[in-house]
This record gives sequence, C-alpha cells and structure tokens, in this order.
Amino acid sequence: MTTTTVAAQARDLVKIYGKNDAEVHALDGVTLDIHGGEFTAVMGPSGSGKSTLMHCMAALDAPSAGSVVIGDTELAALKDKELTRLRRDRVGFVFQAFNLVPTLTAEENILLPLSIAGRKPDEDWYRQVIEAVGLADRLKHRPNEMSGGQQQRVACARALVGRPSIVFADEPTGNLDSASGAEVLGFLRRSVDEFGQTIVMVTHDPVAASYTDRVVFLADGVVVDELRRPTAETVLERMTALQQRAMGAPQEG
Amino acid sequence: MLKVTVRNLLARKVRLLLSAFAIVLGIAFVAGSLVFTDTMGKSFDNIVYGTVSDVNVRFEDSGQAGLENEVNLDDRSLPASLVQTIADVDGVARVDANVEGMGLFVKKKDGTLLGGTGAPTLAFNWNDAPNADGDQIATISAGEVPRGPDEVAIDERSVENAGYELGDTVEMFTTGAEPQIEARLVGIVEFAGGGLAGATLVTFDTPRAQELFLDGQDAYSSVSVEADPGVSQTELADRVAEVLPDGTEAVTGDDLADETQSIINTVLGFLNTFLLVFAAIALVVGTFLIVNTFSILVAQRSRELALLRAMGASRGQVTRSVLTEAFAVGVLGSTLGLVLGYGLAGLLKALFGQFGLDLSGTALVFAPRTVIVSYAVGILVTMVAAWFPARRAAKVPPVAAMRDDVALPEGTIRKRLIVGMALAAAGAALMAAGLFGDVPRAPAWIGVGIFFVLMAVALTSPVTALPVIGLTGMLNRVLFGAVGRLATENARRNPRRTAATASALMIGLALVTTMSVLGSSVNRSIEAGVDEQFTTDFLVSNAIGQPFSTTVAEDVAAIPGVGEVSAEQNVAFGIDDRSVYGSAVDPAALERIFELNYTSGHAPESTDQIAFNETTAEQLGVGTGDRLELTFPGTELPVTVSGVYADTYVVGPSLVLRDVVEQVGLKRVDSYLAVNASPGADLDEVGDEITDAVAAIPTVTVQDKQEFSDAQRAQVNQLLYLIYALLGLAIVIAVLGIINTLSLSVIERTREVGLLRAVGLSRRQLRRMVRLESITIAVLGALLGIASGLLFGVSLRSAFSDEGITDLSIPWVQLAIFVVVAAVVGVLAAVVPAWRASRLNVLRAIATE
Ligand SMILES: Nc1ncnc2c1ncn2[C@@H]1O[C@H](COP(=O)(O)OP(=O)(O)O)[C@@H](O)[C@H]1O
Ligand SMILES: [Mg+2]
Repeated sequence: MTTTTVAAQARDLVKIYGKNDAEVHALDGVTLDIHGGEFTAVMGPSGSGKSTLMHCMAALDAPSAGSVVIGDTELAALKDKELTRLRRDRVGFVFQAFNLVPTLTAEENILLPLSIAGRKPDEDWYRQVIEAVGLADRLKHRPNEMSGGQQQRVACARALVGRPSIVFADEPTGNLDSASGAEVLGFLRRSVDEFGQTIVMVTHDPVAASYTDRVVFLADGVVVDELRRPTAETVLERMTALQQRAMGAPQEG
Repeated sequence: MLKVTVRNLLARKVRLLLSAFAIVLGIAFVAGSLVFTDTMGKSFDNIVYGTVSDVNVRFEDSGQAGLENEVNLDDRSLPASLVQTIADVDGVARVDANVEGMGLFVKKKDGTLLGGTGAPTLAFNWNDAPNADGDQIATISAGEVPRGPDEVAIDERSVENAGYELGDTVEMFTTGAEPQIEARLVGIVEFAGGGLAGATLVTFDTPRAQELFLDGQDAYSSVSVEADPGVSQTELADRVAEVLPDGTEAVTGDDLADETQSIINTVLGFLNTFLLVFAAIALVVGTFLIVNTFSILVAQRSRELALLRAMGASRGQVTRSVLTEAFAVGVLGSTLGLVLGYGLAGLLKALFGQFGLDLSGTALVFAPRTVIVSYAVGILVTMVAAWFPARRAAKVPPVAAMRDDVALPEGTIRKRLIVGMALAAAGAALMAAGLFGDVPRAPAWIGVGIFFVLMAVALTSPVTALPVIGLTGMLNRVLFGAVGRLATENARRNPRRTAATASALMIGLALVTTMSVLGSSVNRSIEAGVDEQFTTDFLVSNAIGQPFSTTVAEDVAAIPGVGEVSAEQNVAFGIDDRSVYGSAVDPAALERIFELNYTSGHAPESTDQIAFNETTAEQLGVGTGDRLELTFPGTELPVTVSGVYADTYVVGPSLVLRDVVEQVGLKRVDSYLAVNASPGADLDEVGDEITDAVAAIPTVTVQDKQEFSDAQRAQVNQLLYLIYALLGLAIVIAVLGIINTLSLSVIERTREVGLLRAVGLSRRQLRRMVRLESITIAVLGALLGIASGLLFGVSLRSAFSDEGITDLSIPWVQLAIFVVVAAVVGVLAAVVPAWRASRLNVLRAIATE
C-alpha cells in the first residue's frame, strides 16, 4: 500500500460502561490509524470491544477518554448537531442487520442520507454504485421482498452513495450464509479497489477478513496484533495463537 | 399465566396508564353527572319537604307541570273569609294564609338584576306557618320581621349577592300596577329546607303583598293548614275539602311534596340524560383508544405470545391473559374516574352557582349507585374494547415464535367493508325512521342511527383513509422531502392503526360539525325570518322572556314620535292533552305593524275566537270554523277558529284577544311591545326616548331589528358553545389516543429510529417526522369527521325544515378552522412522542431486539 493519508485515527481511546463495581472497560486505551483507501478488518473474541470501537469512531457514541479524528476533524469538539451532520455527510455505516427502513424501497433507502440532507445524488457515481452492488433490477422492491444478502448490499450501497470519507461496517455478513456473504464482501472489496473507498469492517470470520488489506486484532479493549495482506489461513493462525496466549496467560502468571 | 399478566402490566405501566386515562375521563363524566344530579335532587328534596304543611289549600290545576303554569300568571285568589271557614274545621290546629307573587325582580346595588337568567325570585307574605314536621317554614335569622308597606326581608345569599346590608333601601320591579317599588331591608329570611337552590326569597307583610300581587284585595293565593295532634293528613284534607268552594282543593303535605318532586325529577332526569349522552360519546371515543392500545401492545408482544403458545398455553389462556390486563386497567381507570368525577361534580356545582343555581347548602351526594354504575361501565367498556385484540392475540400460531417477522393475523379488509356497509345502511335506516317516520322516542332512533353510521365510517376508514393519506403524503413530500415521505409511509404502514386513531377524532369532529351546521342554519333561518317579518321599528321585551307591567306600554305610547304600539301577552292553554302557546293581542294594533298572512279566515274578533298558525292548525287537525275548548287553569273557554295564518316569528302559534286574559282569570301583563315611530320621526331619537322611558325598569330592554336578530342568535350560539364544550371532552380523549398511538409506534420502531439517526437524521428532522405523522392522523380524522358531520347536519336540517330551520347554511370558514385546529392538535399530540423519539439513544436504539 502506497497510501499515506490517515482517514481516521483513534488515540488512547477508553470507553467505560457502568459504575464502580460494575465498571466494564470495553475499550482500554486503543490507538489506531485507519489509512485512506484501505480495507481494514477488526477482529477479536466476543466482548473484546470491536463494536464499541466502531461506534466511537463512527460518531455514534462518545468515548470516556481519548480522541477520535475523522479526516482532520476532532470529534470531541463537536456538538450533537455537528455530529449528526458528520455522520450524514462523511461517514457511512453498515450494521449486522436491520439496516433498512421497511417502508421505503431499496432505491429510497440507498438515497436516504442524501435526501435527509436535501442533496441530489451525483448521477454517475450513483449509477456506478448501483451497478457495482448489482441490484439495478431490485430498486423498486421493499426490504421484505429481498433476501438478506440483497438487503445488506443495499445497506452497503447506502453507506457508499454519499461518498463518505470512511465506511464502518459491524459484522455486515454476520447474519448471512457464505454465498450471500461473498456477494457483500466482493462489493466492499471492489469499492475499495475501484473507487478508493476507505472501509473498516468488524468480522469474526477469517474468510471475510481475507478480503481486506489489513487485520487489526483486539482483545480486552486493547489492540494486540496486526496483520497485513491476510489470507484465511494466516488469519486463523493468528487467531489461534492469540487465543492460546489468552488461555495460557493465567498459568504463566 | 397470571404471573405473566402481572409482569406485563408492570412492564407497560405508562402505556396502560395512557389508555386507562380514556376510561378515567369517560367515567369521570359519568360519575360527575350522577353525583351532580343527585346533589341537585337532594337540594330540592330539602326545599320540597321543608316547605309543605300538613294540608295545603290551593286552586285546582295550579300544581300541574304543563307550560300553562310557567307562562300564565295565575290571577285567582282565595277570599279571606275562606281562611276563617277552614280554621273552624274540626281537627285544624292552625291556619296560615299565603300570598305568592311571581315576576318580581330585585335590583342589585350595582344596578343590574339579581338572579339574571337563573333561578326565580319567589315573593311571599311573611308568616310563621309550620311545615309538616312542625318546624317554622320561614324564619327571620337576622333583623326583624317586615312590617308596613316600606319593609322587606330577603334571603341571606341574595342579600349578599346583591351587595345590600340590613337597613339599605332595596329597589324592586313587579309586573303589577306599581312596576317599580322601594323598601327598606329589615330582615334576613331563611327557609326551613336550608338552601334555596339559588332562588331569591322576598317577603313583605301581608297587606303589602296583597297590594303588590293581588291588586290590594283582602285575599290569598293558598292556605297552609296544621292538623291537631292525632289527626292524619288525609283525614284533615278530606274534612277541609268539604268546606272548599269549587275550583279549589286540599292537598296533603305528602302528596304536594311528591307532586313537586316528580316535576323536579323530570327536569333533573332530562339534565342527567343530557350529560350522560356526552359521557357516552366520550366512552365510545375512549373505546377506540383502548382497542388501539391493546392491539399495539398485543402486536408488539406477538412473539412472546407465540412462545407461550409454543410452550403449551391454550388460546383461551392467551385471550384470558390479555383480558385480565384489561380488567385491571378498567378497575384502575374507573377508580380514578370516580375520584375525578367527584371533583367534576364539585366544579359543575360551582359553575351552576355562577349561573344562579346555588347549591352550596347541600354537600355532594355520593350514592352507592354512582359507584356501581361507574365500575360496571368502566370495566365493561375496557373489557369489550380489549376483547378484539385479545382474540387476535390467541390466533398467533405457535410457530411464529421461531419466525423473525411476526405479523398478527388480521381480519380481511373486505370483511370490514361488508360489515361497514351493512352498519351504514342500518344506521341510515334508523336515522330515516327517526327523522321522517312516526316512531316513539325519535331522538333515540336518530342518535343510534348516527352511532351506527359513525361506526361504519370508523370500520371502513382503513380504506377511505388511503386517498386522504395519499393527498397529505404528496403535500408532505413536496414540503418536507425525505422526512415528509418517511412520515407518510409511517402513517400508511399500518392503515388500521392510523384509521382507528383518526376515528376517535373523527367521531368528535363529526358531532361538532353536525352541531355547527345546524347552529349556522338556525341562525341563517332566524336572520331570514327576521329580515322578512320583523317590520317593526323597535321591540320592547324582557331579556329572559318574563312579562312586565302594562304601565310600560302606556309610558311608551305617550312618547311623542311614537306612532303605533302593539302589546302582546304570552299565554298558554291546553287543547285536549296538548299545551299550546298563544299571543293575546289587540288584532287591530297588531295589523298596523305586522302584516299577518291569513291562508284562510281572519283574525279573532271576539273573545270566543282564536286563530292558529299553519303548523299548529295542522298538528291539532283543526281548520277555520271548527269549535274547540281551551283549558286554562281553573276554567275552560269554548272558542271557534276564526282563521289560519302563515307561520311567523312575530306572534306565537295562536292568537286570541287580550280580553281573554282577564276573562279566564289570568293576570294582565305584557310580554312584548312592538313599537313603530310615527312617520317622519327621527328613528334614533325615538329609540333613545323609548330607552330612556324604560330605563328605570331594568327588566325591560329595547331592541331594534339588528339587536333583536343578534339577541336571538346569541341564544342559539350559547347553547352551541355549551355543546361544543361538552364535546371537547371527546376531542381531548381523541388527542390522548393520538399521543398514545404515536408513543407506542415510536417504541415499536425504536430500531428504525436509531437507524435513521445513525445515517444522519437530525433530532429536529426526527421530531418533524413524528409531528407530520401526527398531523396526518389528525387531519385524516378531521376530514372524515367533517364529511360525516356534513352528512348528518344537512340531513337533520332538511328533516327539521318544517320546524323552522328553513334555510341551510354550511359554515365553511368554521369547518376550515376545524381542519386547521386538527392540524394544531396533531402538532401538540406529537410533542411528547417526538421528544421521546429524539431523546432515544442511537446505540441503544440500534441494539434493541
Ligand atoms: N451499553 C453497554 N452497557 C454496558 N456494557 C456494555 C455495553 N455495550 C457493551 N458493553 C460491554 O463492553 C464490552 C465490549 O462490548 P462490544 O464492543 O459489544 O464487544 P464486541 O463487539 O467485540 O463483541 C463487553 O464486555 C460488553 O458487555
Ligand atoms: Mg459486536
């Protein structure tokens, strides 16, 4: 990767849930740079803070300490209104499920962030996205008339259509079978390759991670490892190693 | 299962409280009406039983309820010699002779009249007659007994209200030869019964009372007789009756009290029915709210219900668990409603006090019946309303527990449409029967017909709503873009829910619109009638239709510039079993001012002739030349029909000569004077002079054409506003319904709201979205309601065209205002749900399962 720009960065990010005895350090000092035009995967065991990291970086939630910068905007300085605008205009988000408004058609869902902002879509770009997502014939359908994979692709198209500087996806294929998952991942990969989109994706699945350029491993709220140009095998290897280290730790201590 | 039910109740307290609130308001109205009318009844009981003697001697028919006794001033009197005759009857312990005067008004210190439009002023001679219990009926609680022509005693509350103190000079007005009198207030008089229900009690000494009310004869209106110990009321009444002349009767205290009681009960019954009709409307509207709330709660819980079914709960158990919840809500709502109703009755009591019906002497009556009725109605309404969703809940298949998207099985729209059409047809038939058919209790038929049609509109509204939502949707989209589109889709996504919510408002507005069409048509008809027929320059009358002294006519006639004066006295008499109003006039004077259009015959020319207007002639089935008997209190008058005239506003439904009044023993007074200026006289000047001439007598007012028309319409409007105010309750409940539905919908769509926020919808836009949905629902309800109300109003108007609503007037501006108000209501209803939606934590919203 020759890209040198940093699309987003987290510095000493801490997120604490609960109080006193019930305190949970979901993030315990995460420092991470997301490079522009790169497809980054975040992996880690359940409860390691992946979703929390996504939420904090995507301006959906405020960290307890530390800073998040999107492009050159420091999120901590923004008010609710500005955060809303930032989410609308500069960040895309794909959730694990229930990404679409059931009353709107696929097309309307895709254009939702733009129409909320009162903006017209860039026609060329819109057509490119639709083509890439492969849903040209499904645009008038409502979510309940589409398969899970199609719905997630619509969600991805929505995340991309506003040309956000960064897209966060939290287990976008978590609810899909492998074929549908591949559709979605393929689309995300292509948007990085063809459009230079920056994407951060949380996943459990080594195969999904193999679509990315870089894998960041999280455990107990801290970054514990990193892997470039992953394949399913190398990712699995690392995961097993990390798991063993985690299990072996108490014995050593 | 009970455990599940209790958990559900606790988990959804806020939502259930909101729906319970509909019951609270409805039951509060029911309980309030009952408590209030019971209190009024109790208050009158005290008066009735506190003021009768063992035996009461009076003229025959003076106790009957017909309008004859309200309109006519009985001028008959019992000679003083009769009092002695009665005193000599064996078993009589004592006799007291009473003089009763009507039509007296007390002027307050500020110059206005005491009592106004409310309770009457009762004038008596002072005596210390005992009631049947042996207590003195009237006592002087402060000051002295009035003696001589210049002294008077008045009840305490009236003295207070009028701003007088003992020793002050009080000005009063009578219908007699001395229209304006003065007397020094020397005493405070009090009734043994306690309160006076707002009536004013004025007592003079006997000679003065005779002078004022019996033209100075040594005579009396009635005699109170006390029995010797051991002599029963009936025994004594029989003995007294033997010495009485024809036309008089001896009535036992018990009978007299019962008689008065039944007259009062008729009036109270009417008031009670009137109030309960509005309570019923409120409850019907409330039913919609409850059906909706339970439907939504059941829908939101369908997965859980399916799980229960999968674990082996029977359909019956599922239904019962929902109904048990409804029962709890019903009990809670009724309890709170009772408490609120008690407060409402207190409020009504205070309000009626403002209008002169003072009940402060009686504490609120909380009868066991009130409690039973309130709980029965409250629980029944809630359970019936919850029954539909409960049944639907039971239809959730157990397999739904495993599925992701649980849609409750719903009856088909087609079934709704069919049932709706059938209801509409039945309702229309009932209305037609009530309006045009000859059925007993026609208003009930019309009412039930309207109810059926409204239910039909509500049932079919998921279909009829679509074009309206389409229209508002287009507007929303054009004006508000994506947010408008989202709002419209939200309203459309569950047409049944939207329609049911709107239906509650629809019912309220349908009734309001009906009343406003009728009211506006009545006003238009009055205006048209007045325009055409009111050919007099001035009308001298009493603001509340009370008659006044004939001296006024003499004073007015004496004013230079006054040309014609036609005096008219309202009379009433019986023909067979009907009560008929009439005007006693001098036909020649009347003709000089008003042109009556005789369709047959001519005006009465002697005291044995009568003329009718067309409607009355038709109702009585009489025509020119027919012979009739008019029944007046104590006497009958054989007459011939001299003619029939076209219906008109300027005289009553029948005409007799003025001499008839004295001939049948009624008091001569005037009810109206029609006054024309002489040709060439300056109208304004003459008007001022007439006003000056009657200025001393505030009971009498002078109106020109415009003022007369305004005054007539003001009366209509007053009633209209009262009805609007009462219908307001239904509207408040409908608004609660919108709030409830929106709140529940927002909770239901928590995840969606979170998603929208995540993709950049601002809090403001989110609030706007909820608001627009709310406005859509409200405007939908308003449009459906106004359309139905127009239908009712127009058909009722045409049915009543014979009864004087000759012109149709549709108050478009007012209807447009209703729509705007509905939109505002929508905005207000959305405040809380929108606020809640915008406060939702984005992440928590997304995480909601
Ligand atoms: N809203 C919350 N309140 C309390 N604890 C939370 C909340 N959200 C997450 N957590 C806790 O924070 C930790 C990290 O959660 P999360 O970021 O969802 O992990 P992951 O996505 O990696 O599975 C977990 O221990 C979780 O229980
Ligand atoms: Mg997670």
